[in-house]
Amino acid sequence: MTCLPTHTDKKLGLVIDLDTCVGCQACVTACKEWNTGGHMAPLTDIDPYGGHVDGVWFNRVHSYEHTTEMGGRTVNFPRSCLHCETPACVTVCPTGASYKRASDGIVLIDEDKCIGCKLCSWACPYGAREFDTDVGVMKKCTLCVDRIYNDNLAEEDRVPACVAACPTSARHFGDLGDPQSAVSQLVAERGGVDLMPEMGYHPTNKYLPPRAHTQRAASVPAKALEPIRAEGGFLGWVDRMLSN
Amino acid sequence: MHPAFSVVFFTTATGAGYGLLALLGMLGGFHIIPADFWLGLVGLGLALGLIAAGLLSSTGHLGRPERAWRAFSQWRSSWLSREGVASVITFIPAGLFGIGWVFFGRTGGWVGIAGLLAAIGAVVTVCTTGMIYASLKPIAQWHSRFTLPGYLIFSAMTGSVLLNALCQGFAVGSKMLVAACMLLTLLGWGWKLATWRYNDQLEIPSNANTATGLAGGTVRSLEWPHTEENYLLKEMGFRIARKHSVRLRQIAQVLAFVLPILLLAVTFAPPWPYAAVPSALAAIVQFAGMLVERWLFFAEAKHTVTLYYGR
Repeated sequence: MTCLPTHTDKKLGLVIDLDTCVGCQACVTACKEWNTGGHMAPLTDIDPYGGHVDGVWFNRVHSYEHTTEMGGRTVNFPRSCLHCETPACVTVCPTGASYKRASDGIVLIDEDKCIGCKLCSWACPYGAREFDTDVGVMKKCTLCVDRIYNDNLAEEDRVPACVAACPTSARHFGDLGDPQSAVSQLVAERGGVDLMPEMGYHPTNKYLPPRAHTQRAASVPAKALEPIRAEGGFLGWVDRMLSN
Repeated sequence: MHPAFSVVFFTTATGAGYGLLALLGMLGGFHIIPADFWLGLVGLGLALGLIAAGLLSSTGHLGRPERAWRAFSQWRSSWLSREGVASVITFIPAGLFGIGWVFFGRTGGWVGIAGLLAAIGAVVTVCTTGMIYASLKPIAQWHSRFTLPGYLIFSAMTGSVLLNALCQGFAVGSKMLVAACMLLTLLGWGWKLATWRYNDQLEIPSNANTATGLAGGTVRSLEWPHTEENYLLKEMGFRIARKHSVRLRQIAQVLAFVLPILLLAVTFAPPWPYAAVPSALAAIVQFAGMLVERWLFFAEAKHTVTLYYGR
């Protein structure tokens, strides 16, 4: 049923730190690698070695230049499903293929029910859903539902593939419905924000804005390797003559 | 938004078909138009044919059309599902109305009631179609108070012009109907102009700052995550050159509103069968114009996902 649950026991989601993300794309490839054999498999690639490469990805990393009066900086920005609390992508689904789980709040697609009408991708402001033209159904991030509850994995590996892969710990996974959880604490401490809050979708995933610019770095310049002023005396005269 | 021809044709054809069905049901049920055999056969045949062709066309854009029956299940939450249910239910009174009119030659009694129910079903179905688009928040040009009335007005407009062409063709036309067609076409024109005016001045609350959560200053897309166009850009990043947009708006206005009004005005003067020619031309030209209008409805609509791509 595509009606939304009135309450979810947990609000599992991601917290993404835009301050430490270096845009290495490790989360992107780890996501693709896991999920092309996972719950929503396959993540089809069309013409992968040709001139018009296309394919399904659950996670894409953009790069932006953010310029304020404090200066400019590059911000790497991973974009994936935010597992919203009021996801219109679910309610617009005519077949019941899209659903939000009452247990943990994860938004999923039942591929066997999807007719590929694409309306859910129109209803998502964030571009989280991508159509698989080969299979004819819509696909999206599962929050690695086949990893996080997987007893066959070591406990420390029971996190989404993107979180496990991140070399700078810019991605955090946890229950954002529990104010005592590590991710909730992190959001509170760093002032985590919703994307496009004006849309009213109440995303579960939060983004930590880059930390403020500081003047701490490089306030003491390193000692110059050579004297800047020309030497005087005989050696100075030799230097000048040889430099001519 | 990418203007897929299957959806452009679907909304235009079903709009005209349901408009015609609603008018035949109401005007027939209340004996305002006579229970002429040929008018009933061709009129209801055309209405139901347009509806069926449109619905079939809409399944053409599905990835898995063989599962289309599942779309009738989620009417509690989904306008698309409601549209599917309403469209199928409407076939029942419409079919009974057609049988009564064509085979029994009457539009009174139970046939009239079936006609009125078909008219109600047609209006409800057009409303559900309009709401599919009006309910999509990420597309500001659609999520506006202009969308739903627009679908209803254009359905009534194209349906009435079709009905007039048929009535003129079967020698049961009336000057009242011609005048009503002209008024509805004028109303449609005014509504479209008001919609374009609103859309051109629209201040969309979302921007690259809110999309990325980066407050203040400017956010410029430096690098996309991919080198080629992906599904998101093909489906929702469709861009139309501004000069084409202006030209297409002119073409849409001439074909959908100006020429039909002129042709309908010509219909007043000559007797049957000559009046049937401009009436039929008005319907054909208007349908072509509405295809252009509907193409623009998609092509000019901007989805918030384009903010992530600096478009």
